[in-house]
Amino acid sequence: MFGIPTQALFSQLLLGLINGSFYAMLSLGLAVIFGMLNIVNFAHGALYMMGAFVAWFLLNWFGVNYWGALVLAPLVVGALGVVIERTMLQRLAGLDHLYGLLLTFGLALIIQGGFQNVYGSSGQPYAIPPQLTGGQNLGFMFLPNYRAWVVVFSLTVCLATWFAIEKTSLGAKLRAATENPTLVRAFGINVPLMITLTYGFGVALAGLAGVLSAPINQVRPLMGADLIIVVFSVVVIGGMGSIMVSIVTGFALGICEGLTKVFYPEASNIVIFVIMAVVLLIKPAGLFGRAA
Amino acid sequence: MAAPLLAVRELEAWYGESHVLHGVSFDVREGEVVTLLGRNGAGKTTTLKSIMGIVGKRKGSIAYEGQETIGASSDRIARLGIAFCPEERGIFSSLDVKENLMLPPLVRPGGLSVEQIFELFPNLKERLASQGTKLSGGEQQMLAIGRILRTGARLLLLDEPTEGLAPVIIQQIGRTIARLKQQGFTILLVEQNFRFASTVADRYYVMEHGKVIDAFANAELAANMDKLHDYLGV
Repeated sequence: MFGIPTQALFSQLLLGLINGSFYAMLSLGLAVIFGMLNIVNFAHGALYMMGAFVAWFLLNWFGVNYWGALVLAPLVVGALGVVIERTMLQRLAGLDHLYGLLLTFGLALIIQGGFQNVYGSSGQPYAIPPQLTGGQNLGFMFLPNYRAWVVVFSLTVCLATWFAIEKTSLGAKLRAATENPTLVRAFGINVPLMITLTYGFGVALAGLAGVLSAPINQVRPLMGADLIIVVFSVVVIGGMGSIMVSIVTGFALGICEGLTKVFYPEASNIVIFVIMAVVLLIKPAGLFGRAA
Repeated sequence: MAAPLLAVRELEAWYGESHVLHGVSFDVREGEVVTLLGRNGAGKTTTLKSIMGIVGKRKGSIAYEGQETIGASSDRIARLGIAFCPEERGIFSSLDVKENLMLPPLVRPGGLSVEQIFELFPNLKERLASQGTKLSGGEQQMLAIGRILRTGARLLLLDEPTEGLAPVIIQQIGRTIARLKQQGFTILLVEQNFRFASTVADRYYVMEHGKVIDAFANAELAANMDKLHDYLGV
């Protein structure tokens, strides 16, 4: 097709889907947190990195394998999120966005700096779990099992989150509290607790994404810092509209990036930023965003 | 005489720096419909919001079933059995009608069943899957009242339930309030429309400048008409 070997096209598409999985999971968490707390969580990348490191600690210090880490690391990161919300973010309620942004940005620097101090900038290896090594020859391309797992698993997590928020009664409470927290609280619902748990859940998703990425990208203190800039562009492009928007935009932009690598590799690192600039020029609230 | 269900004493309230209530005192007894009358800005809505615990700062005393709530958070107050229907109705646009209806959690046993709510407001049943804010004004008001009847709350705070509605809907809401009273609900109503209020209320308190300045029973309404016209400037 267009003189591009199919093999290359599909491998880049797969790579795009993988990146898209991470974009989707991270921007989903950002959207949920922003909706409920009105905070642009700049610590998201650092907490994603922590997810990967917790998996690495669990393996190397406690002998807990990948599958255990997949459950435990998000819980640990989520619990840390609960502490951050209760001790710090809660005090910012009602203040301008900028305060939340500065505080979480500072947190990200501290967390990343701390890890860098101990582990340097190079990566710690994390092996693919034995059940997922190897791959399938699909004829037109080779599909590594672990990568297929990442795409399927993160898509499942994203859709489950969408379902929980859009289709369940707990999700209805969350949506209502995003709209009018005062009234929801006056119905007898403990909104401050919901806010804390929402933050915990949002950053647990980041931690989960961190575990998923550990076998692919190695475990590096700055792995989140590199990724989060792209994720914020994804959020800007999609607009802070809804859960589904974050998921679709995340995957779509991952694929865009992958395709650019095939057709014009030089632009692949900036294509998302170019799209962001164009979208901002045409629709400042993002493609699907509601104008403030 | 039994202690009142709700006793408000020397209630003061602030929105930020502005001091809105300056010592409001009144009682609501079990099973009564009590109406707060007064001009715009007299502090009626603020009184309801203070009882619900959703103003910035409060002082004085608000006792519900003998329990002091002046320092309690609004979710705790709601769980004691007080429910609030705000003037702007507060229907959630990101929830459909059914989700809006089912949103307030049950706080006590003895609330109306969903079937009973549909009996009061048959329109709601046909619109369950609609987005909450796609309903007409009247239907939104029915939804706003209906959803707090499920919870088992016994004291309902209704803020101008007839505002901006067609006469036929106002009548329906009047009949609903009368039926709720029959079923033992206690209702504290804020109304501008005292012709409507006179069809449902047992007693009135008149508010001005953040204070209660007068009180009378429904039977005394005719005798107080001249005074009322003065108070309300109608």
